[in-house]
Amino acid sequence: MSATTMEAAKRAAAHSHKSSLHRQRMWALWGSYIALGVFVVIFLVPPFYTLMTSLKSSAEISAQSGNPWIVRSPTLENFWYLITYPNFQTFYFNSVVVTLLTVVISMVISVMAAFSLARMGFWGSQTLSTSVFLTYLIPPSLLFIPLFQIVGAIGMINNVWCLILLYPTLAVPFCTWIMIGYFSSIPKELDEAALIDGAGYVQILVKIFIPVAMPGIIAATIFAFTVSWGAFLYPLAYLYTSNQMVLTVGIISDLIRGDVFQWGKIMAACLLASLPPIVIYAFLMDYYVAGLTAGATKG
Amino acid sequence: MAEVSCRKVVKEYEGGVQAVKGIDLEISDHEFVVLVGPSGCGKSTTLRMIAGLEEISGGEIWIGGDVVNDVPPRDRDIAMVFQNYALYPHMSVFDNMAFGLKLRKFPKDEIKRRVDEAARILDIGPLLERKPRALSGGQRQRVAMGRAIVRNPKVFLFDEPLSNLDAKLRVQMRTEIKKVHQTVKTTTIYVTHDQIEAMTLADRVVVMNHGVIEQVGSPHDVYHHPKTRFVAGFIGSPAMNFIPCRVTDGTNGGLAIKVTDQIVLPVPPQRMDRYGKYKGREMVLGLRPEHLFEYHEQGKPNWSRVDLLTDVVEPMGMETMVHFFVEGTPVCARVDPSTHAEPGEMLPLTADLNQMHLMEKDSGVVV
Repeated sequence: MSATTMEAAKRAAAHSHKSSLHRQRMWALWGSYIALGVFVVIFLVPPFYTLMTSLKSSAEISAQSGNPWIVRSPTLENFWYLITYPNFQTFYFNSVVVTLLTVVISMVISVMAAFSLARMGFWGSQTLSTSVFLTYLIPPSLLFIPLFQIVGAIGMINNVWCLILLYPTLAVPFCTWIMIGYFSSIPKELDEAALIDGAGYVQILVKIFIPVAMPGIIAATIFAFTVSWGAFLYPLAYLYTSNQMVLTVGIISDLIRGDVFQWGKIMAACLLASLPPIVIYAFLMDYYVAGLTAGATKG
Repeated sequence: MAEVSCRKVVKEYEGGVQAVKGIDLEISDHEFVVLVGPSGCGKSTTLRMIAGLEEISGGEIWIGGDVVNDVPPRDRDIAMVFQNYALYPHMSVFDNMAFGLKLRKFPKDEIKRRVDEAARILDIGPLLERKPRALSGGQRQRVAMGRAIVRNPKVFLFDEPLSNLDAKLRVQMRTEIKKVHQTVKTTTIYVTHDQIEAMTLADRVVVMNHGVIEQVGSPHDVYHHPKTRFVAGFIGSPAMNFIPCRVTDGTNGGLAIKVTDQIVLPVPPQRMDRYGKYKGREMVLGLRPEHLFEYHEQGKPNWSRVDLLTDVVEPMGMETMVHFFVEGTPVCARVDPSTHAEPGEMLPLTADLNQMHLMEKDSGVVV
């Protein structure tokens, strides 16, 4: 074979190799699009159905004819009913107060706990860090009966403030764990430089660690928010009157009367209840991911 | 400005491991002292004990006439520059430099005056509003130095500040550090594993190994008059050649260093007294590559010809390194690039015996 033909053959081989790479990449892309498409459909069907039902009147929902996925005469009557319904307003207000206070309390505790566990290096700090995480592994469904005794003993059954006492026990361990991971990823020299610059531990935490670890703090905040906003078991177990109720339990206890399911109102209430998490996630998603991954690779 | 002194300073970790084994070191006001040694020799630990970042297990550290063993870092009036700069990532360059002053409640105009002055010295004026992530490595290190300068502390501590920079920038920053010291004249303790940094920067070099100080002296001293084999081998690049030898009788009633049957080097007459008592003993000859060079017909006193079989030739541009084996021991010579050396051929060389060192085989002490 002459030199020219050999070169041509090599070039052709290289070309076919390149096109096979291209083909493989195409397949991979199509594969991911299909998988993601299925995933999106599965996850978005329930909210879509919720939205459709919430826009229907009770008559339209109970009508047997027609396609249940499509609204024929959209109405906001369900939403209007809820917005003007005093019980729903109370549930919403209670949920907001409980969640805000839970987030604040949990974050103050977990940021300070994580800082001392990650940085102060006192005797037993390693063991404590591990046990903080272990407490997170105990499911709330195991705890609610003994907790009932405690809540009863302090006279807080059917008092919404008991949730402010209880929710941090769910949020603090995981938030502390995220923050330990995040704080550990901050170079040790940073606090040493601050120590030499004249800062005390509180100043190091407030002026250096909190600003630097903001993505982690936001991630932990979102977690605490989600735990508190969506918790179902504790309010179900400890609260029973409408004036103390929060959204999660309030919606089903108030809008399901005996065997009458007010589907339109239930769906509208679910959408209104999901609004704050959706807004918060949409704005803070990037930080949430950054914070979780930093926590995951460290510690 | 202050003198620093370490007296019998010990650092012992849990489990009884001693990182620093009772060192004594006196550093006078305005002095630039470099602690140098291999990884794990205790130099950084010593610096961190002076800074107050490590507790002292034994002994005393004095800064400016006071024992500071139990004084927290912020009250020691020191400033430290770290290897990874340790700049506060969320603050601008100005705020990074002003942080220590703000914590000490300096008035705003004084802070601005000091930061501007430091920025002028370090030539970082235009960077003051930037965040550290928008700076190059060299600029970051300058900011870290600026943060130290603005505080006008008693002592500057540098912990391997140039190790993260590329080779070219390192040389440039080395000069900058020297210039800054000439300007502000603050007592400086500088830790490095790079002996060239140590030699170029230091008023005095402290060579450490295994938690003890092997030698303290001027760069000239530690290079020309090493006290131990470790110092002789650590200072100088490429490292000194260590060749097993025996002290024997030489010609005309003199002494000789016998390396092999073929290589017998006459001891310079002025060293006869020093080496006489080692006659007949197994010793180690130390000769730097720069003192083993191409053969010159017109030699100087105590220049001795040695012929060696070339193993590897490494041209470096301004000089050429030639490697040999003498009785299984690697030997390196630093010859003029015009010298013709081919692997496998004998190369005539000159050994400058005025610069030779002789050390005890077991203790490594230079005699």
